[in-house]
Amino acid sequence: MAEEFLRIDRLVKTFDGNTVVRNVDLAFNEGEFVSLLGPSGCGKTTILRMIAGFERPSAGRILVQGRDITGQPANQRKIGMVFQAYALFPNMNVAGNIGFGLKVAGTPREEARARIAEMLKLIGLSGLEKRFPFELSGGQQQRVALARALAPRPRMLLLDEPLSALDAKIRVALREQIRAIQRELGITTVFVTHDQEEALSISDRIVVLNAGKVEQFGSPFDVYNKPASRFVATFVGTLNTLTATVADPAARTVAIDGQVVTIPALPATARSGEAVALTMRPEAVSLAADTPRDIVLDGTVSEVSFLGSVIRLKLDLGTNAIHLDTFNDQRTPPPAFNQKVKVTIASSDVLVLEQ
Amino acid sequence: MNGKRIWAWFIFALGAAYFLLPLIATFEFSLKMRRGAYTWDAYLVVFADPRFQATFTYSLVIALFTIVAGILIIVPAAYLVRLRFQKLRPVVEFVTLLPLIIPPIILVFSYIRMYNTSSLLPFTGSAFGTDLLLTFAYVTLSLPFMYRAVDTGLRTIDVATLTEAATSLGASQFTILARVILPNILVAVLSGAFLTFAIVMGEFVVASLLNRPAFGPYLQLIGANRAYEPAALAIIAFIITWGAMGMIQLLARFAPKTAIRTD
Repeated sequence: MAEEFLRIDRLVKTFDGNTVVRNVDLAFNEGEFVSLLGPSGCGKTTILRMIAGFERPSAGRILVQGRDITGQPANQRKIGMVFQAYALFPNMNVAGNIGFGLKVAGTPREEARARIAEMLKLIGLSGLEKRFPFELSGGQQQRVALARALAPRPRMLLLDEPLSALDAKIRVALREQIRAIQRELGITTVFVTHDQEEALSISDRIVVLNAGKVEQFGSPFDVYNKPASRFVATFVGTLNTLTATVADPAARTVAIDGQVVTIPALPATARSGEAVALTMRPEAVSLAADTPRDIVLDGTVSEVSFLGSVIRLKLDLGTNAIHLDTFNDQRTPPPAFNQKVKVTIASSDVLVLEQ
Repeated sequence: MNGKRIWAWFIFALGAAYFLLPLIATFEFSLKMRRGAYTWDAYLVVFADPRFQATFTYSLVIALFTIVAGILIIVPAAYLVRLRFQKLRPVVEFVTLLPLIIPPIILVFSYIRMYNTSSLLPFTGSAFGTDLLLTFAYVTLSLPFMYRAVDTGLRTIDVATLTEAATSLGASQFTILARVILPNILVAVLSGAFLTFAIVMGEFVVASLLNRPAFGPYLQLIGANRAYEPAALAIIAFIITWGAMGMIQLLARFAPKTAIRTD
């Protein structure tokens, strides 16, 4: 069991009467990579900035290894930070940027030089120490910013949407590199993002935030497959939501556009004729020909999106529409537009959400 | 060449003549000290005048102190306004423009009233005190130019994020200002400094009323008593001002570059 490293205790932040962080309690383990995920204005960046010391909490405490750092000035916290806009010092070259924290700390020149070389090797930019930030690509600038944050050996690393300003391909490559470096150094890292794919792909655990509150804190697997709330279910990943009418509560049956199916997860409190929302991931739905499952529905293909290895289909069931993902198979072309198909869903993959 | 272009050139030539003719005439006159020949005599007389050397050096020293004091006051003030007191910006901008609205004569009379020998702070009681007062007056007069130059420089960099980045690396507020902010706005600060220099070197009213041996009163004194030397001095003053402006243009090329690239 990893040791607890960072504890956020009943944290509250209010700006001019507007509460953006509401009683947040979190505990991160040592060496863990945690993402704060949520839409704009959910308070994720504010929490990060409070950990960094750039904002003072209105209430609550922040503890690192059991020590309360809530009132400690930001420049004494020894917490490295990487910003969305890179924030490299334009007047300094790469070596000057990476060595800034070391210089401030009074590290002897030889030791600093060795550390800068070590950092450049870590980010794969050896030989570029004399370049100025404007001579580097966005990805290179952000890697230098990462090296700069790591050079003074901080006890923790904060990443504030570090990939948002980058092109899609660089973004994927850099996030893998960040994760590899984080694993290599074993540094506790908090990563803020609004991109769920990013959060799911590199985190040990994810904190899903909405309107200043924690909706769910768990592994990417749990957050995706066992969403704790309707918000998490709809915010993380693509989700099919079908409106159905309860047919027979005792038999756990519902009608989806007139097609009656059995949903074991239907709550016992459901009443006949009541509308319920049934949700499932696109990958939980397949064409009947592929895998027979217990729920079978008739539909019409209304959209075919070829995404490369995956083909996403949109099927009309009547008033409801359902998305499904199927792997591209070179031997079998995807169904055609307007084609009548049968879709199949395992009832165990269906979640019933409160309306 | 079409008609529009000819008109444009005509207006340009008219404007250029308006500005250049008096200058050319002054220059031509300054060379005519010796009857029947163009010589540099007027300039040689001016340069040989010990009062020229003394007043020029005096104004130069006062200009340097004005620049240093201006940088020490305005850079931190403009930085803090941008970083922490955004709401105060309109007020601060208004205050910095006041010296353009209030004539220097009002400023200097107020100084003399406030800091005369029978006041609590008798600056005018000694030559050094008056020099200090003159420097303060020049800091005030150059405030609109210095503040604007510094503020423009600060606008070209992301002050808040650079400050936070440096803070997270352990830097104190002073280190951030000295090592991160100032070097990145140095070109803007120097632009302000050259403007200040140009203002101080030719200023007459404050120096004259405070009775200090500055270059401005010397220009006036020579102008009132001599024929050719004032023309030579006017050209010298122009060269100083234009030199300062030229330096601003030249420095702009060395501004640190920033690039938010996405690749």
